Amino acid sequence: MSEDTLGKKSRGKSGTGWPRWLRLPPVLGMVLALFALWYVAVVPMNVKEVLTAAERAGVAVSPPSAVERRDMGNWALVMRNTHALGDSWSSDRPKLPAPHQVLVELYDSTIDEELNGRRGIVKSGTLSNRSLVYHAIVTLNATFLGFVIGTVLGCALAVGIVHSRVMDMSVMPWAIVSQTIPIVALAPMIIVVLYSIGVQGLIPKAVISAYLSFFPVVVGMVKGLRSPDAMQMDLMRTYSAPTTAVLWKLRLPASVPYLFASLKIAIAASLVGAIVGELPVQKGGLGARMLAGSYYGQTAQIWAALLVAAGLAAVLVWATGWMERRTLRKMGAKP
Amino acid sequence: MTDTTAVIRASHLDLTFQTADGPVHALKDVSLDIEKGSFVSFIGPSGCGKTTFLRCIAALEHPTGGSLTVNGMTPDEARRARAYGYVFQAAGLYPWRTIGRNIALPLEIMGFSKAEQAERVKRVLELVELSGFEKKFPWQLSGGMQQRASIARALAFDADILLMDEPFGALDEIVRDRLNEELLKLWAKTEKTIGFVTHSIPEAVYLSTHIVVMSPRPGRITDVIVSPLPKERPLDIRDSPEFIEVAHRVREGLRAGYEE
Repeated sequence: MSEDTLGKKSRGKSGTGWPRWLRLPPVLGMVLALFALWYVAVVPMNVKEVLTAAERAGVAVSPPSAVERRDMGNWALVMRNTHALGDSWSSDRPKLPAPHQVLVELYDSTIDEELNGRRGIVKSGTLSNRSLVYHAIVTLNATFLGFVIGTVLGCALAVGIVHSRVMDMSVMPWAIVSQTIPIVALAPMIIVVLYSIGVQGLIPKAVISAYLSFFPVVVGMVKGLRSPDAMQMDLMRTYSAPTTAVLWKLRLPASVPYLFASLKIAIAASLVGAIVGELPVQKGGLGARMLAGSYYGQTAQIWAALLVAAGLAAVLVWATGWMERRTLRKMGAKP
Repeated sequence: MTDTTAVIRASHLDLTFQTADGPVHALKDVSLDIEKGSFVSFIGPSGCGKTTFLRCIAALEHPTGGSLTVNGMTPDEARRARAYGYVFQAAGLYPWRTIGRNIALPLEIMGFSKAEQAERVKRVLELVELSGFEKKFPWQLSGGMQQRASIARALAFDADILLMDEPFGALDEIVRDRLNEELLKLWAKTEKTIGFVTHSIPEAVYLSTHIVVMSPRPGRITDVIVSPLPKERPLDIRDSPEFIEVAHRVREGLRAGYEE
């Protein structure tokens, strides 16, 4: 065994060279700092509504008229009314809800809704359509279907691009152009067009998902399929190996690490695609929840849905990474 | 060495690469016959066409003039008839396959049955003294062992000719000496015809029955030395007067190629 591999072993598998427990403080510190910033930001963001409510409750605020306050800066109002800001973190319809309000909303719309709600799984036997668990599953279905379509399509296109000069020159530019169009603009059109030919529900959302996720797969797989060097290709030629054998025995196995790097991006892109696809349809899903929240001024609801979406993305990317480690270990990668 | 048992026969071979800077004469008027069972080394400085000539035999390059036959066929036909095994400078084992599965790779492509594959893998692993390493992955082996595995891979489908392009060039001298010794034993056991490209004068003299000295611009043969050394060659033969004399002649040939 070489010096190099021995050195890597003794440094542990993390790669950063830090033991696991030592990595916790910086991560925790970052989270706490973000929460602190969030709590601070809540005060100026909600100051106008808080002062109006205080005025109604009979507290003297400065300046006394709402019209005057409207044209003033938020920080200036905060400075002049430090005595009347007690309700900043508990207002009913905050522009920016405080973290604990979001967490309460998150609890209410997941565990509480399912366990105690009239439509919850405990009382009705099915998931409540007011719960984020239900909406997350709706979104996940579209995400997975879109991810599978995008991955298969991406791999197929990459195989074509690598083997055919015509496809290389004709498909690749379109694949790149496709990603320059804002998906928010394209998503409603995809839904309308598919609806007009009778396709609705899961498929249109999955198509939008696939539209976003095929691209990283194409780019990664083209690079991966081309990664065997001249010597490895020559070796195959000395066996008079047919193109299919070169593909199955050399190009595809060599592209697996590239594929997984792409899949991590693709799964996150699929989730974004599914959420964007839910915005115009309003038939369930985290995207629908976010838009509904903004219609009714329920910012805590938007934030709770956002948190669930972020959590899902983290879990999906982690799961892809786990699959990657497992697969590469089976393919003989150094532990 | 023109006689009827020649397995590789090149006459007036020319190869010109068209590059952006104009044509490059990689090979010019190369004529050489290689007898069955001989061990032929090609030696010369970079750009002398020794690797190019080996690649022509393997049909990895195609000459632009002259004629070349391998086992009486064109190089392309010979390749399809599995006339040769090729060993590259790097072992080039697939990191995702175990040693055994790496050696089985050409067998899979050529359509050998599973049982036959297993039997052949076992046999060639014994031949290169790697028995017991079948289930290991390449990174678990040293550089020298990896190169031995790549030789086993080239031997697995029983080609009569073994073409080796600086196979030990990336290894240190101690490992190289050992592999040279083993290669000679292997050659004696299998009676293959070996074409061997090298940069090293001692390696060429130690291994070969014939040493082909080449020189660059244009790539051509300047001398073919038939080795007077016996077939049985212990490592310390390299201190014998005969060895030193042959090495001297090779060095002279290389120098003559430069001075022209």
